[in-house]
Amino acid sequence: MIDIIQGSTYAASIDNLILLIGVLVGVWFVLVEGMFFYLIWKYREQPGQKTQYITGKEKHLKRWISVPHALVLVCDVFILIGAVQVWRNVKQVLPPADSTVRIIGQQWAWTFQHPGADNELDTADDIFTVDDLYIEEGKVYHYRLESRDVLHSFSVPIFRLKQDAVPGRAITGWFEATVTGDYDIQCAEICGIGHGAMAARIHIEDATQHAQWVAANSVSTTP
Amino acid sequence: MKPIATTRSATGVPTGRLAIWWVLASEVVIFGGLLASYLMFRLGHPEWAEAASHTNTWVGAFNTFVLLTSSFTAVLAHQAAEKGDGKAAAKYLVLTIGGALTFALVKAGEWTYEISHGYTITANNFWAFYYTAAGLHALHVIGGAIIMGFIAFDAYRGKELQRVELIGIYWHFVDVVWIFLFPLLYIAK
Amino acid sequence: MSETAVAVGHDLHEAHDHHGPTGILKYIWSTDHKIIAMQYLFTGMFMGLIGGYMAYVFRMQLAFPGINVPGFGQVSPGEYNALVTNHGSIMIFWVAMPVLIAAFGNYLIPLMIGADDMVFPRINRLSFQVFLLSAVILLLSLFVQGGGFGGAWTAYPPLSAVAEYNQTDLGSSLWLIAVALEFVAFLLGGINFITTLMNSRAPGMKAYDIPMVCWMIVIASVLFMLSVGPLIAGAAMLLLDQTLGTGFYDPARGGDPILWQHLFWFFGHPEVYVVLLPAIGITIDVIATFARKKVFGYKMMLYTAVATGVLSFFVWAHHQFIAGIDPRMANVFTVTTLLISVPIAELCFVIVATLYGGSIRLTTPMLWALAFMAEFLIGGVTGIFLGASGADIYFHDTYFVLAHFHYTFFPIAIIGTFCAFTYWFPKMFGKMMDDRLGKIHFWGTIIPFNFIFIPLFVLGMGGQHRRIYNYQHFPELATDSMYNLRQIATIALLVMLAFQVVFFFNMIKSWINGPAAGRNPWKSTTLEWTTESPPPHGNWPRDELPNVYRGPYEYGHPDREEDYWPQNEPV
Repeated sequence: MIDIIQGSTYAASIDNLILLIGVLVGVWFVLVEGMFFYLIWKYREQPGQKTQYITGKEKHLKRWISVPHALVLVCDVFILIGAVQVWRNVKQVLPPADSTVRIIGQQWAWTFQHPGADNELDTADDIFTVDDLYIEEGKVYHYRLESRDVLHSFSVPIFRLKQDAVPGRAITGWFEATVTGDYDIQCAEICGIGHGAMAARIHIEDATQHAQWVAANSVSTTP
Repeated sequence: MKPIATTRSATGVPTGRLAIWWVLASEVVIFGGLLASYLMFRLGHPEWAEAASHTNTWVGAFNTFVLLTSSFTAVLAHQAAEKGDGKAAAKYLVLTIGGALTFALVKAGEWTYEISHGYTITANNFWAFYYTAAGLHALHVIGGAIIMGFIAFDAYRGKELQRVELIGIYWHFVDVVWIFLFPLLYIAK
Repeated sequence: MSETAVAVGHDLHEAHDHHGPTGILKYIWSTDHKIIAMQYLFTGMFMGLIGGYMAYVFRMQLAFPGINVPGFGQVSPGEYNALVTNHGSIMIFWVAMPVLIAAFGNYLIPLMIGADDMVFPRINRLSFQVFLLSAVILLLSLFVQGGGFGGAWTAYPPLSAVAEYNQTDLGSSLWLIAVALEFVAFLLGGINFITTLMNSRAPGMKAYDIPMVCWMIVIASVLFMLSVGPLIAGAAMLLLDQTLGTGFYDPARGGDPILWQHLFWFFGHPEVYVVLLPAIGITIDVIATFARKKVFGYKMMLYTAVATGVLSFFVWAHHQFIAGIDPRMANVFTVTTLLISVPIAELCFVIVATLYGGSIRLTTPMLWALAFMAEFLIGGVTGIFLGASGADIYFHDTYFVLAHFHYTFFPIAIIGTFCAFTYWFPKMFGKMMDDRLGKIHFWGTIIPFNFIFIPLFVLGMGGQHRRIYNYQHFPELATDSMYNLRQIATIALLVMLAFQVVFFFNMIKSWINGPAAGRNPWKSTTLEWTTESPPPHGNWPRDELPNVYRGPYEYGHPDREEDYWPQNEPV
């Protein structure tokens, strides 16, 4: 159902959950709409045909409601289990980090603070960029998401990731890229007149390319 | 000329009383939301105790006494109205309004003092809640007193005596809100 | 009963004097519930045209970025934000609520329960006046310096709280005041609906004899009254932040932006059921009439509606899954949100089941009622994707959300309105609408509607996020196929808007010289059809208010020759 590439370790699980929901609700939808249109056709006005006096207390008819009712509940349980599993994995459990980046949203740009050659954040060799995030494929990244002013939201569609940035807080999350290339970063929370221009790019490189980029950009003086 | 609709009572409860209880229900949620927000903030910000120490508990206690007394006079007004004595009901309602005015005047003095000492609504969030909650309450006191005036006017002429009870119910609510505000803003230090 | 006799006796001598105000003053000072209903209805429709115009403008910008939109001009980013913000606010607060609840609630409740007016006619009038003021202030906010508020109908701080961030200082405050006044208007109105239904029923009308639409409007009013309070408190705090510079939502001063979100959505979620339940009530009443059938499981429907209302207080944070709330909370809200799909599914099943064994006549109102069900089902099932927290990580703030809520709100606000309007038009105006024009309008609305929003589902699945005036900066969203989808949606909107002309033409033509409707053209069982069309002031002659002898949907009763048994016919 989701056509865009799966670019993170959890993208597939999110897509599968969406597919599961799609199948379950799809079946229900077809059944109910189908029944609906069937009844409209079957009980269309016919000359001489009188309507049936049905109160809804008739047991054999009530079953047509109570059984689907129970089945909906069962489907919900399946969806719930799937949802909670995916949610826990993406939002609750933090796998150990190979690297950490700080992401700062503001009106109307993204600042990315990369850890530099020493792979430690907040040291002299950190690499600051605006609107371009450079990461290495196959590594677990923690992000520390902040905002300088209003609410923003760090969104990377190919990762299927989204997290609001709240001023006054540093929110931690994680991702691990499974593809290389350049992809969209969006701001997914309206943040003023420049919200639509708040685009950034994520550059996912293999180990060699990324090491080269770090080496070329890591400086000993703070910017 | 009232609609017949107003005089019917399928539930057995007079429509006016039904209406005032629904009004109170919606008011409870308004104040409830405000106070719940305040509580959450207060619990998360122990440093607010410093700010809170500057509210005047004696003044707050006095105003509590004033409001409780005014609720008492509202009850007396209702009793008089039940007996059909519009003039007595009006008298007691005027006393209640007097209580409301006293409350408002005391608060005005209290706030003047606090503002002149730098405890303004923007000083910090404790004071922001203090003025917002007490201010919203005070608006309800003043608004209620005005409506009470109209009802007293009618009652004196023997008209619409059933409304004395209704404004009394509203008044007790305004009192109850203050009973919550007083400890939250004045006692919790 | 004796109260009625007393009231009648005591007022008979005044019967000659009281005709209500006449002339133009009638429309300013009238306390007649029917006139107030009309005022709400036409104000709501007018606001609907404005909201629709806004949609036209921003959809033109989305389909043809940078275009000089005919009737507006070029759309700047700030204007775009103001358009989407006010489109949403207008449609919910100044169209759906006034039409479904205030207009039809006001019109129908006294008539359907056999009363001569609402219990508090002057509070009723006051509620409309406050509402009108709120609409005027909202419209004013669009023209002040800086322009209209552009922080989305959800108005999250700090953006909405600080003028430097939103750059619409005056507009933001006026918008907020307008919304707050609208809340006050509906609190006032709600008192009337609730008290009137509880107390002023015709003799013999027990709780389960009340037509479903009346119940639904009143349950909605209760839901509104109990949920809006915290938001009123929150709005007061936001207004103070905006105007006095308090720090309720300012993290630098110990405030919390997320507090607003909780206060907003604690109301915001019950609010969707506030508008849904009346639409369901309208739908089921119309279906009962044109399928000639009792509602399948009246009590079940009633209890389910109440259950939905109660449950709706426990789901709100599904709007905030990724907002920065404690991730553990998300699991709780996923559970409650998926649970609420059960009673809503049940309501849908009851509607479908009512068709069984019926004799269905496809009049224009019936088409609208059936379309409500068919389209709302799409909205309902797509909500599951969003209630499931794991899936919402991807779908949040995408056009998938937007398509979902248009597949719920459009049936509620637009289909529900047309259903109610075409059904009760004969009663309100004494004339029949042209059924053929009605059907042309129907198909000309429904078919394009789907072509607007199905592309938006696809765009959302493709990652297109919301409230963006131009996707040029996002290479993955600036593809030809995505622009094609945007254009299809926009062109469908243009077609749909064009067909609305048919409706207005039909309305005016029928009002002027449609065929006389008579008292009960649809052969319906409920009380409003027992009086003249349109009903006089007081609805029935003062000593002829109806009594009730049976339930509201006695269609196809085996003991009767006729296929319907009016509620007021003595045994």
